[in-house]
Amino acid sequence: MSLDKEKIKHIAKLARISVDEANVESLTKDLNSIFKFIEQLEELNTDKVEPLSSLLNQSLRSRKDQINDGGIREKILKNSPKENEEFFVVPKVVE
Amino acid sequence: MKAQKKLNTFVTTTFEQALKKAKQFDSKPNFNQLLPGIPLAVKDLFCTDGIKTTAGSNILNNFVPSYESTVTKNLWNNGAFLLGKLNCDEFAMGSSNETSYYGNVINPIGDKLVPGGSSGGSSSALAADLTPATIGTDTGGSIRQPASFTGTVGLKPTYGLCSRWGIVAFASSLDQAGPMTKNITDCAIMLEAMSGFDEKDSTSINRKKELYSRNLNDNIKGLKIGIPKEYRVDKMPKEIDELWEKGKKILKNLGVQLIDISLPHTKYALPTYYIVAPAEASSNLARYDGVRYGYRSQKGKDLIEMYENTRSEGFGDEVKRRILIGTYVLSSGYYDAYYLKAQKVRQLIKKDFDENFSKVDAILTPSTPSSAFKIGEKTNDPVSMYLNDIFTVPANLAGLPALSLPAGSDKKGYPLGLQLIGKSLDEQKILNIGYAFEKNCGFKNEIKKWWL
Repeated sequence: MSLDKEKIKHIAKLARISVDEANVESLTKDLNSIFKFIEQLEELNTDKVEPLSSLLNQSLRSRKDQINDGGIREKILKNSPKENEEFFVVPKVVE
Repeated sequence: MKAQKKLNTFVTTTFEQALKKAKQFDSKPNFNQLLPGIPLAVKDLFCTDGIKTTAGSNILNNFVPSYESTVTKNLWNNGAFLLGKLNCDEFAMGSSNETSYYGNVINPIGDKLVPGGSSGGSSSALAADLTPATIGTDTGGSIRQPASFTGTVGLKPTYGLCSRWGIVAFASSLDQAGPMTKNITDCAIMLEAMSGFDEKDSTSINRKKELYSRNLNDNIKGLKIGIPKEYRVDKMPKEIDELWEKGKKILKNLGVQLIDISLPHTKYALPTYYIVAPAEASSNLARYDGVRYGYRSQKGKDLIEMYENTRSEGFGDEVKRRILIGTYVLSSGYYDAYYLKAQKVRQLIKKDFDENFSKVDAILTPSTPSSAFKIGEKTNDPVSMYLNDIFTVPANLAGLPALSLPAGSDKKGYPLGLQLIGKSLDEQKILNIGYAFEKNCGFKNEIKKWWL
């Protein structure tokens, strides 16, 4: 398999990362060499293997359905790039 | 401390605050703690309350957490206090500390050598005596490889032993925090202090705390140690092989039984890692969108463009590469061929270890396929950079504890490490083997303080 520039642009769009032509050029080269390396896995037959889903021999814990955190609006907003006292502010979404 | 600028180990220093804490300790000293009045600098991947935490990235350049990671909180509860935040590869993605937004870190072993990565600021600061011990994180070798490159001790614990809460996430099924120290005793003390069950991490293992430092024991007679034949790779320098032989000999003299074993899927560990880790990273790093915290680009006419420009300007090249790999292997139509395939191979790698651990107590391998290399030597070829982690990645994929020990040096005088991989939750045993090894190895890591 090889990734062409159009494909790279499409993946970048999915990942919400803007790329210019120079980026696309170097990404195409790098990703193709990485995928060539990754594709060694194809030589292994894994038809009868269960995929590993967890390293732990324990099921997830549950806790009481009670609120145990919250009321920290100020702390949460403190790091926001732009806020309006109570809310995060983003560029206009609907006209 | 000006001198450290040549090594570029610290992103943030908290000296004034540390001095205050030290005075507090001096006025009312309490030595009944694991880390009484010990100043510690930590990797800048651990969130620290009220102190900037960057993960080596521009996108978190202005991020000041309002909470403390569980692991660092455990250290402070045991008497230590913060000295500063140490440089690392951006989002812990790198093997040479050349991907940090805050510049390359230099290995104190010699000018222009990389300190390893991603915990490169940690290994460099430790080896240069800028912190008496430190902590790093290890997703594919990020504690053990830098430890090996600087002649220090580094331990990646069993997945789930140390809480991941409050650590900037890279690949959640692989990430584990661990100690980096000058010797095994310090390593046991640090592990004892930082580990333990945490309700806030759903993958934290709930079990009784172990007293690693109190139970250190150098009598390892009769233990069985496996030597996997697959860890001898093409083009590996002769010195690595000789170091491995030296390690075997030391252990044999201590009454250990060496057993040849086979871990047949070893060569597939790295390709598997480069599917699983980027997949998890692309999902974890989706949160950096410029809305709630971190960097926001001022360019773009709408919300989508704001996202795209923020992420493009905020992330460095290696991080972008990995996000794109991850996005692709998880995307519709490719998921089965890559991600599912990798999870199956991961199962086979884990099985290799499970089967052998019924026969042996631990496994001895080299930590890295080479000694520290020069800055810039591998930056143009991602795959050759990735190959650095060829011996360390399998333990992450299988969730096993693994320890890198300083064991010797090559003909240039650059340190080399050996790795002990243990059974799940068997940290005590590999620490004990390391303890006995350290006493009998006779390797002294001598560093000239050229940066002063």
